[in-house]
Amino acid sequence: MPDQTFEYAPALESRSVVSLSPSYSPHIDGESRPPASGEYLTTVNPADEEPLAEVAVSGEADVDLAVAAARRAFDTWSAMPGAERGKYLFRVARILQERSRELAVLETLDNGKPVKESRDIDLPLVAAHFFYHAGWADKLAHAGLGPEPRPVGVAGQVIPWNFPLLMLAWKVAPALATGNTVVLKPAETTPLTAMVFAEICQEAQLPPGVVNIVPGAEATGRAVVSHPGVDKVAFTGSTEVGRRIAATLAGGHKRLTLELGGKGANIVYDDAAIDQAVEGVVTGVFRNQGHVCCAGSRLLVQESVADEFLPRLRERIGQLRLGDPLDKNTDIGAINSGEQLGRIRDLAATGTTEGAEAWSPPCEFPERGYWFPPTVFTGVSQAHRIAREEIFGPVLSVLTFRTPDEAVAKANNTPYGLSAGVWSEKGSRVLWTAERLRAGVVWSNTFNKLDPASPFGGYKESGYGREGGRHGLEAYLG
Amino acid sequence: MAGKAGDTDWRHTLAEAGPRERPEGHDGTPGEHAVGDGARIAVRRTHKLYLGGAFPRSESGRSYPVTSAEGHHLANAAAASRKDARDAVVAARAAFDGWSGRTGHNRGQILYRAAEMMEGRRAQFVSEVVDADGVSGERAETLVSAAIDRWVYHAGWADKFTQVIGGTNQVLGSYLSLSSPEPTGVVGIVAPPKAPLLGLVSVVAPVIATGNTAVVVASERAPLPAVTLAEVLATSDLPGGVVNILTGRLGEIAPHLATHADVNALDLAGAGDLATGMEEDAAATLKRVVRPEADTDWTADPGLSRITPFLELKTVWHPIGG
Repeated sequence: MPDQTFEYAPALESRSVVSLSPSYSPHIDGESRPPASGEYLTTVNPADEEPLAEVAVSGEADVDLAVAAARRAFDTWSAMPGAERGKYLFRVARILQERSRELAVLETLDNGKPVKESRDIDLPLVAAHFFYHAGWADKLAHAGLGPEPRPVGVAGQVIPWNFPLLMLAWKVAPALATGNTVVLKPAETTPLTAMVFAEICQEAQLPPGVVNIVPGAEATGRAVVSHPGVDKVAFTGSTEVGRRIAATLAGGHKRLTLELGGKGANIVYDDAAIDQAVEGVVTGVFRNQGHVCCAGSRLLVQESVADEFLPRLRERIGQLRLGDPLDKNTDIGAINSGEQLGRIRDLAATGTTEGAEAWSPPCEFPERGYWFPPTVFTGVSQAHRIAREEIFGPVLSVLTFRTPDEAVAKANNTPYGLSAGVWSEKGSRVLWTAERLRAGVVWSNTFNKLDPASPFGGYKESGYGREGGRHGLEAYLG
Repeated sequence: MAGKAGDTDWRHTLAEAGPRERPEGHDGTPGEHAVGDGARIAVRRTHKLYLGGAFPRSESGRSYPVTSAEGHHLANAAAASRKDARDAVVAARAAFDGWSGRTGHNRGQILYRAAEMMEGRRAQFVSEVVDADGVSGERAETLVSAAIDRWVYHAGWADKFTQVIGGTNQVLGSYLSLSSPEPTGVVGIVAPPKAPLLGLVSVVAPVIATGNTAVVVASERAPLPAVTLAEVLATSDLPGGVVNILTGRLGEIAPHLATHADVNALDLAGAGDLATGMEEDAAATLKRVVRPEADTDWTADPGLSRITPFLELKTVWHPIGG
């Protein structure tokens, strides 16, 4: 190979497609209304720490109003013929497609993820999720959940900051298709696309009260979850908060689905297609800065190919481009918040102090913003915290194994059970391994594939219930 | 007759103030029959736990008196301890890989075998249900028949639930995306107190049909049908540890299943006042929980109602390419 290297020219996505309001209020009963709490927080762009907008911190009084509006709307919304409900969802899906560039850029501004991902992954999946569920609204009797499935009522939904609009779609689309109404709390650090979604509901002339959005912080989430007028709670977030919600709801009538943390293992057998496996391992843990609950944050590579695999893995990671998320060349964007950056740093530090060896490619960080380099730990034992705890950042822990039994035992040696990966060219070995992995999603010879038609959710302490597909409807039908 | 002089054993005396009159054979043990010149002393059954395929007494060495619906003393049942509960979880976990790894067809065969074995002990079950619930013999016959038929019903599910619940997902790309249900793991079951046989079978059969293993706390008031059911299961080719049945004080045993980190799910059908606390405790390890219902009609067609709560759905993706 000649030594010539081609430099990337910056390819910045324009911000002009986004017009931000200076402040956003809760969306209740079809309109934006100033928060009774009178409180606001500032949401910032994690790539430069510049403020983007003021967003209301909804209090108990605001949540009360939202639940009451959702309750009022439930009677007509649930009684509406499914075909008509479905048409509203189709409308929403179309508007999401029409405004997809705006929403992708806004998501990147608020979240820090590369625009390449928000544009090519998040937004297409968001629109597809509404489109898919729109078609269910008049076919619920065929969903295998009884001849006359009935909606549960008012759904209280709390979503995380890693895929803000996609998680909103995962929550809102199935709830609405099945005839429920919604009170949704977006994440504290990424409320903006949800606030634009509220505008889209208005644009689609969705009946008032069917979707209510109450931005805020932790206390807002608690108010939504524990509100007596809520019939069903859906939460995506940390296992710690999931435990608290499950305990809060004990003994009551509310139904609960939880999509929580993970510590996914990517198993690479000695007969894997190495280049594909390298690519899959890299996107499996570094996509979205590793802010992915189903990330493949543990690599289990067969000992006999580890010496071949790891240099190629490092070489590939060395080619990742970290920087301005609005640059279409960027592979790794900004860490979502200073708080999350602190958590990643603390856990990564334990990797070194516990005896593992860290490696990162040379990276230039922008002057401002929250950044963490893609990091690979080798010499990791199963007892290390970096092999056991969810880091939710661009950090990969490498372990080795000799036999398929050992690979499965190590992969399953975690209280989590959300995702896993298998890389092998041998079909029987792939199926044997997939059968034994205690995880809700197993990607073989691929990774991180999500789809509206494919149910997603965890085993064990990764939560319960499924989102997506026919199975995801069950959470919203009684 | 039971209760005559010379018929007191030490456990009996320790457990209750004294022996009482009760009808012959109503606990399923033989009465006494004239043999030659004198009465033959009946061989009574010791009511033990069913744990890892064996029938131990409680490690605590305790028992408690069980009375009929009318208040007659029937027998002493083992009073399981926290340690017994923990041993049962260990046994259930050890049995899980083997049981869940069997074919659905094979599990169905074994569940059907349990129905066969129950049929063979029909008279004993009828007698125990009469004692436990104070119902007529005719009603007891109906309940026992329903319990036997429930095994047959769930035997049939064992090789069908995967197809009914799972399926192929039509995804936006060239992938096979296949979702299949799998057993959740070790399930802690608090059996319903009011329906000590039909209720018990109705909560156990759906759990193990799909490959879960179970730790069951029997009705505290009426544990004797559960002990007999254990003897049925032990002769049905059910591997040891798949079902473990504990008798004793509910409040003493059941809460430990909720806090035990190696229990994956709970059926709180019979948990009563303990249910809320157990659900709170279960949240610490995110167990799947089936809450108790106000009044379950155990004779109704159960469908998948107690099967799906104890299943996990696994979705496997694979690229399609030439």
